[in-house]
Amino acid sequence: MSGNGSLSGPGRLSGPGSLGDASTQPAGAATVRQGLLVDEPLAQYATRHGLKPSAARPPLFSYIAQIWQRRHFVVGFATARNVAMYTEARLGQLWQVLTPLLNAGVYFLIFGVLLGTNRGFPAGLFLPFLVTGVFVFNYTQRSILVASRVMHDSLPLIRALHFPRACLPLGYVIIELQQLLLSFAVLFLIVLGTGEPFTWYWLLILPVLALQTLFNVGASLIVARWGAGFDDVSQLLPFLVRTWMYTPGVLFSLQALSLTALGALRSHPTIAYLLQINPAAVYITLIRYALLANERAITAGTKPYNYRLCQIYRVFPVRNPYNVAYCHPIVTDTGLWLWGVGWAVLALVIGFIFFWRAEVRYGRG
Amino acid sequence: MADPMVVVDDLHVVYRVYGTGGDRGNAPSALLRMVRRQSRPSIREVHAIRGMSFVAYRGDAVGVIGRNGSGKSTLLRAIAGLLPPEQGAVYTDGHAALLGVNAALLDDLTGEKNVVLGCLAMGMPPAEVKAAYPSIVDFSGVGDFVNLAMKTYSTGMGSRLRFAIASAKSHDILLVDEALATGDAEFRRKSHARIEELREQAGTVFLVAHNLNEIEETCNRVIWLEKGKIVQAGDDVLGIIDAYLEAAGGEPRVRTTADA
Repeated sequence: MSGNGSLSGPGRLSGPGSLGDASTQPAGAATVRQGLLVDEPLAQYATRHGLKPSAARPPLFSYIAQIWQRRHFVVGFATARNVAMYTEARLGQLWQVLTPLLNAGVYFLIFGVLLGTNRGFPAGLFLPFLVTGVFVFNYTQRSILVASRVMHDSLPLIRALHFPRACLPLGYVIIELQQLLLSFAVLFLIVLGTGEPFTWYWLLILPVLALQTLFNVGASLIVARWGAGFDDVSQLLPFLVRTWMYTPGVLFSLQALSLTALGALRSHPTIAYLLQINPAAVYITLIRYALLANERAITAGTKPYNYRLCQIYRVFPVRNPYNVAYCHPIVTDTGLWLWGVGWAVLALVIGFIFFWRAEVRYGRG
Repeated sequence: MADPMVVVDDLHVVYRVYGTGGDRGNAPSALLRMVRRQSRPSIREVHAIRGMSFVAYRGDAVGVIGRNGSGKSTLLRAIAGLLPPEQGAVYTDGHAALLGVNAALLDDLTGEKNVVLGCLAMGMPPAEVKAAYPSIVDFSGVGDFVNLAMKTYSTGMGSRLRFAIASAKSHDILLVDEALATGDAEFRRKSHARIEELREQAGTVFLVAHNLNEIEETCNRVIWLEKGKIVQAGDDVLGIIDAYLEAAGGEPRVRTTADA
């Protein structure tokens, strides 16, 4: 301790003190440290000694570098969370596989058996079509829903340790990716079980999932910032996402709606186009195309356009499902890929900048 | 003259608290509010810090004292950059790490995972984490509990582990908010030694504690807060503590000569 033995009065009163006080106080070596103030404007003093505002966000590129430096944290965090998720369930990690299976079962029961929406599908083709859609959509759905709560739920961690906050939504997307890979193992078995062949087309799944992951990261970052600001977001979001799921293209065939003579969207090509280019439909359609040989056979545009054969499909879709290949597609294959890349880049750039701009506010709660 | 590490310049911090007072917060009143196009009337502003200025230097251990609600924890959170200032600014040299009593890390993960992830989050490379792991667990003294989920820990064990993790890396500025209060005597001795060590590594430590003994033993400066303002601040640790006790209606401390 530094010479406190004397009976000299306590340190100077800083009182309502602020900048004004500091500058009016008499200068002198003794007073400089005594009252914990200095004899020049503090902002100027801090700048002169190279101090930085504590609540300043880092520049964008050094922020990205910081995240890259924490990559081990992001992956470790995701893996540990994933393992811990089912520790209290008796079936434990088995739920990682059971959850997607049960999901697919429920949707098949409702849409395949009870409602019979497999109209327009040759028998046996609806199950793989549906399950693929559910699993792929589930990836985006869960990424977004979890992201809406992540900043709120991780508040203790945010307040305890200093790290780029984007690591958190990023980590949760990786959790979902790890779960998706497991559900894809299940999906492959279901698909092979329905008699689909294993082909080189399956390799196309990898770039599509990569694009979808980028899109999910971007969307999660946007939603994470909203969710950090308003709790209402995490309440409302499940309804929005569920509505999104029921748009044609995910559970229902968009082709059957827009290309057949009795389809609800037959005279609304613009709406059909917009539904097809929505990110969920883009990635799901691309995955289905890669995974399912039967789906490729009943995708419009895979054969040269033929007016007569296409008309036969339009009028008798149930009896001539394969004729749809001779019709014009809603969006071409190339178009879908371009939209897939576009959505991924757009979401990632906007999401990242949007999230980064609020970086210093996340600890506020 | 020593380098300044923390400069607090006319700092004001305002909390906005939702859903308190007047408004009962039920559905009809929320609807009525929307119909009348009122913005949430239930927002209450709490002016937690009302103009503080001080400078802390490299190697300082600054004790922050004051009654409950005087703004001690808010001040530390503002220094850590977790609460943006309403007015004024906080300047720091490097990042400030805040260590609080409620800073649960990842409750449903094991102590082991918390150590590893906590260190990685602070930016330590994996190899360094591996090397530091035994000493962190050893320092925390949680023993076999390290393999159990952190939510099974007692308050004391939890705060010991958190302190061990946060102090594993040498921070430029360490903010300790009552984090040592729940530890036992042995841990308190160890953590004091660790704080001394951090100070010697040319860092700055801020310590909030209701236990004035702890402040006297550890700190070379004291800031006394009252209602969001500084009452006294300076090097005279014993003098300020005595003045604080007198104001609070307590007896001045009786010290043996060894203390002074």
